[in-house]
Amino acid sequence: MSEHSKVAYQVMWNRLISVVEEQAQALVRTAFSTSVREAGDLSAGVYNASGEMLAQAVTGTPGHVNAMADAVGHFIRRIGADNMFEGDVYLTNDPWEGTGHKHDITVVTPSFYGGKLIGFFACTAHVTDIGGRGFGADANDVHEEGLYLPIMKFADRGSVDQTLLSIIRGNVREPDQLVGDIYALANSNDIGHRRLIDMVEEFSLTDLTGISDFILTNSRAATLARINALPPGSAAGHLRIDGYDAPIDLHVTVHIEKDRILSDWDGTSGLDKKGINVPLVYTKAYACYALKCAIAPEIPNNAASLAPFEITAPDNSIVNAKFPAPVALRHVIGHMVPDTVYNALDKLLPGLVPAEGAGCLCNFQVSLRPRTDGPAPAGATRAEVLTFNSGGSGARATLDGMNATAFPSGVMTMPVEATEQVGPVMIWRKELREDSGGAGEYRGGLGQYMDVGAREGHEFDISLMLDRVDHPALGRRNGLAGGATTLARSDGEAVRGKGKQFIPHGTIVQMGFPGGAGYGNPKARDPELVKRDLALGYITPEHAAQHYNLSGEVIADVLTRAKLGETF
Amino acid sequence: MHAHPARLGVDIGGTFTDVVLEIGENRFSTKVLTTYAAPENAIVDGMHQVCAKAGVTPSAISQIIHGTTLATNALIERRGAKTALITTKGFRDVIEMRTESRFEQYDLNLTLPEPLLPRNRRYVVSERMDANGNRLIPLDLQEIEALAEALRTADYESIAVGLLHSYVNDTHERLIAEVLAEKLPDVMVSLSCEVSPQIREYERFNTTIANAYIKPLIKSYLGRLKSRLADEGAACPVFLMHSGGGIMSLESAADFPVRLVESGPAGGAIFAADIAAKHGLGKVLSFDMGGTTAKICLIKDQTPKTARVFEVARTYRFKKGSGMPISIPVIDMVEIGAGGGSIAHVDAMNQIRVGPESAGSEPGPACYGRGGEEPAVTDADLILGKLDPKNFAGGSIPLHPDNSAKALHKAIGQTLEMGATEAAFGLAEVVDENMANAARVHAVENGEDLSDYTMIAFGGAAPLHAARLCEKLGVSRCLVPQGAGVGSAIGFLRAPFSFEANRSVFMRLSDFDPAKVQALFADMSQEATRFVRSCDAEAAILRDHKIYMRYAGQGWEIPITLTAEQAAAPDAATFLRLFEADYEALFGRAVEGMEVEITVWSVNAYTDQAAITPLTEAGALTAVATTATRPLFDPALAQTVEAAVLARTALPPGHIAQGPALVTEDETTVVVPASREVLTHADGTLDVRTKETSQ
Repeated sequence: MSEHSKVAYQVMWNRLISVVEEQAQALVRTAFSTSVREAGDLSAGVYNASGEMLAQAVTGTPGHVNAMADAVGHFIRRIGADNMFEGDVYLTNDPWEGTGHKHDITVVTPSFYGGKLIGFFACTAHVTDIGGRGFGADANDVHEEGLYLPIMKFADRGSVDQTLLSIIRGNVREPDQLVGDIYALANSNDIGHRRLIDMVEEFSLTDLTGISDFILTNSRAATLARINALPPGSAAGHLRIDGYDAPIDLHVTVHIEKDRILSDWDGTSGLDKKGINVPLVYTKAYACYALKCAIAPEIPNNAASLAPFEITAPDNSIVNAKFPAPVALRHVIGHMVPDTVYNALDKLLPGLVPAEGAGCLCNFQVSLRPRTDGPAPAGATRAEVLTFNSGGSGARATLDGMNATAFPSGVMTMPVEATEQVGPVMIWRKELREDSGGAGEYRGGLGQYMDVGAREGHEFDISLMLDRVDHPALGRRNGLAGGATTLARSDGEAVRGKGKQFIPHGTIVQMGFPGGAGYGNPKARDPELVKRDLALGYITPEHAAQHYNLSGEVIADVLTRAKLGETF
Repeated sequence: MHAHPARLGVDIGGTFTDVVLEIGENRFSTKVLTTYAAPENAIVDGMHQVCAKAGVTPSAISQIIHGTTLATNALIERRGAKTALITTKGFRDVIEMRTESRFEQYDLNLTLPEPLLPRNRRYVVSERMDANGNRLIPLDLQEIEALAEALRTADYESIAVGLLHSYVNDTHERLIAEVLAEKLPDVMVSLSCEVSPQIREYERFNTTIANAYIKPLIKSYLGRLKSRLADEGAACPVFLMHSGGGIMSLESAADFPVRLVESGPAGGAIFAADIAAKHGLGKVLSFDMGGTTAKICLIKDQTPKTARVFEVARTYRFKKGSGMPISIPVIDMVEIGAGGGSIAHVDAMNQIRVGPESAGSEPGPACYGRGGEEPAVTDADLILGKLDPKNFAGGSIPLHPDNSAKALHKAIGQTLEMGATEAAFGLAEVVDENMANAARVHAVENGEDLSDYTMIAFGGAAPLHAARLCEKLGVSRCLVPQGAGVGSAIGFLRAPFSFEANRSVFMRLSDFDPAKVQALFADMSQEATRFVRSCDAEAAILRDHKIYMRYAGQGWEIPITLTAEQAAAPDAATFLRLFEADYEALFGRAVEGMEVEITVWSVNAYTDQAAITPLTEAGALTAVATTATRPLFDPALAQTVEAAVLARTALPPGHIAQGPALVTEDETTVVVPASREVLTHADGTLDVRTKETSQ
């Protein structure tokens, strides 16, 4: 490297990170599914000509991190470099070569400069519907989970495959949304490509070899420095969760070694019969994410910074599901991976990681239709509505957990007003759930209540994707468990945490999403913080008395002052 | 007596209050320290200073235009009134739950910003509208009356009302307002259907609460200001600059103080737009760089780009999502943590990082010699030769290059094995690249290509970096106007009276109803006109019509500007054609076979401004001879060159000098790299442009 090229490479690396952020932004602006446009369930990245990821947008989906990093390699292998042309666009929703389930569409676009292939852009988005049984846990194998799109060309030298479009349109419930989203994905890669070419011209490059080496070399060195600064050792972590019919045990042993960290999932439960199994690439993404947060948070994601985080899991354990296992809700288990890893890591690096949290997002999909038990009003419609919601996160060693805030996922919830514009769904309640934050010196984050029904004249199926009904988040260092998931119906019927369930006309589903667990002994909590929690209604008087020994007198005083709008 | 009316522009900033008096062609300005406890004191002080300079009394002032950061600061510093929220039962925590996401994905110890109102100040009532505005649960007036009693007991000064779907049906919000007006006549009330009638409850509620929260403060300040100015002899009308780049009456500002947020920077954009008009420029990128932040704005056809939502009070390194959303018409600006005081370090990847942490004015950059030990952008500028250590701020602050070199070595050079110059080069390149990236992303989001834009640079640090930004962005011209130090206050004097009315009304083109559209436009036009008329009883009023369109099912709209004829005779086919053309320009290709819908409608009414006379330029340019030189590092050449040094006064209108050159003045230095030349226009504006004969 010449004397000044060091500065030039610094500038180029910054530029590539900005390019992928812009690529992701374009996707949000043009996508049709609320999961993408409101919630940010997407990712975007740029790759060198051999398919190594150089930069990735920081979006709300750690689960896409490694999956995206590996995906382009699969595209190169399947399509062949000599079969790639300017104007091509490729796609897939293969769970094992994409990002873990069929609802994620990955689109890859080759970047040509001066007639030569210099790199790739890839992006992924979670679409509302891909046909099959609909988004839910109920499938018995992957074929029931919807239309399969093997790695193939969506556009060949600029011309879109109309046959493919017809097949897609004929197989899904919301064809306009899905086709619109595929266009949005392709357009966002185009925008990334345009900006990359601007950079290539500005710096008079002929390919990305030099900048690629610079990024990967520095990232590898930085990541290894972080790992090698840790005390070597091994420790085991365990987490038990609801599963579909029977509880699932996740077991991991984390090995901190020279130049790598290995997470070994030996001992974990086998495959589930229903669609909550996880392809290894997705497990790896969340294990890696958890470790990176704890050890090397500011190192950007690319092929080299991810490589030292290795993973192994027995074939057809639930975290290494093989074809044709059903995997639609792989996120339910996947989002529990970080808590499992942290239960091990806490033994190696005490004080660094939080207590267990709600874990998986509290998602549900509603399929609405005109009522069938009586005459439906004119104008009653069908609609698919998907919402993403969060429970509480676990308390930290020196901080309370975050209320109704996703971890490890980082997607956003959809505004209720936007959700109710999508279809005749009614969200009657969406607010914080008192007493659901596990007690502790630092309190777990609160979960939330959500009540869901339909507009007059409609009935619906609700597909629930909830865990922690029987297995709440557990505390650390004498902190107490967070509140478990609660489920009820306005007509008194029972509701299951997972699977599609019919909800008759006029009925409301009432859900309490789980809270995060506490950290440290509740008796050690600063009394002023307890009073504040009580004043804000985060905890009830009973909870304050039971877990924090607050006297009846103090409770009465706090409640009186809170009512007067005083600050605490 | 002067034949021309005297007008006063006043910008209260974080550090300085800028006051500009303009009488015809003559302009008198001053900077005084902002007096936080009673901001009107600084204004009065400044007013007397400029009146003395002009030789007039305050009674000669016919109009005062005022912009202020007070609203923004009150939100950032949480200095608002005791405020309650009344909202729909089941939705008490909308402003606290935000988007339920983490704005920084990799920080395990993240803390979320506190909501503007704590939970015990948020009250719920039984009521509900659906998304079409149908009433599902009627309001119970007895419940509201009981609540009013509770609010009285708690002694609230201000109340925000935000109910679900009130952007389509505001009946319940207005009923609540009636009850409150009767029961609590002294309490101020802000309704979400008036403050920000747009879909998305988090943004709407937060904006309404922000309005309610600062209303008592701003109202009392504005009342004091008005009478204080009258006492000092300036009994003229006082108007306020708003975030959308126009002026509104003092009374409107007191009712909707949230519209004052970012009014200062808006003035800067108007200032740049005015320079653009004088120089006949259709596409301008304004670049304002001060001590801690840089702001970038696109100005097309002399009109700054506007948006409907922005974020204030970011709590985490300027990170998107760490602040709070305010949805009001606003001049769309990118603000990044890059200024002269921004501090640099080397991160784990051996990458140089700059900002957003700032050295501020105390201790300041290392070169100030006041104890600062970390290298700031100003240190790099000094080492690269852009600044003269003996003539900084007119010689009032001596700079110490040794300290800069030491700080650069410690923070960058020793880790990356770079000498002081290369470390400074790296630091400057990173901060310039950060700003260029922000500008690029902003341009692409708006479907613009910056290569046919002209930059207008102002603010103390901008002229040091503007030319390098131009090189990076492929921009061939950069104007540095006179009076750039008080640009915002000058901008206030150029702004029209204006008000933008917005409505969220969904309409698919397949259900297009021209009569309904005409009625909607007429209604908004009336609302907007009424506000403008309250400021100016006579001037002709112009109106801009905009609609926000998208494919049905998308969540983000693109703004489509309509001509007066298109708005008067609305037509679905025309609207579709306009939408598809803009969509393709923005995102590459239109989507086949999709329905298109309109979601938001807007009418902006504004007074017709006196036509700006474009400058006439003297014909041939005279080259100035320069003798003094100084070494200057030229980043495009990646080497040190010998640059001519001349005072701005030595380059009168019609004269030209060749880069590399440094044009110095008291407040700043204009850097002209080897690739550029600099000339002075008739109005004193410097024009740093690509050399005609490229080398």
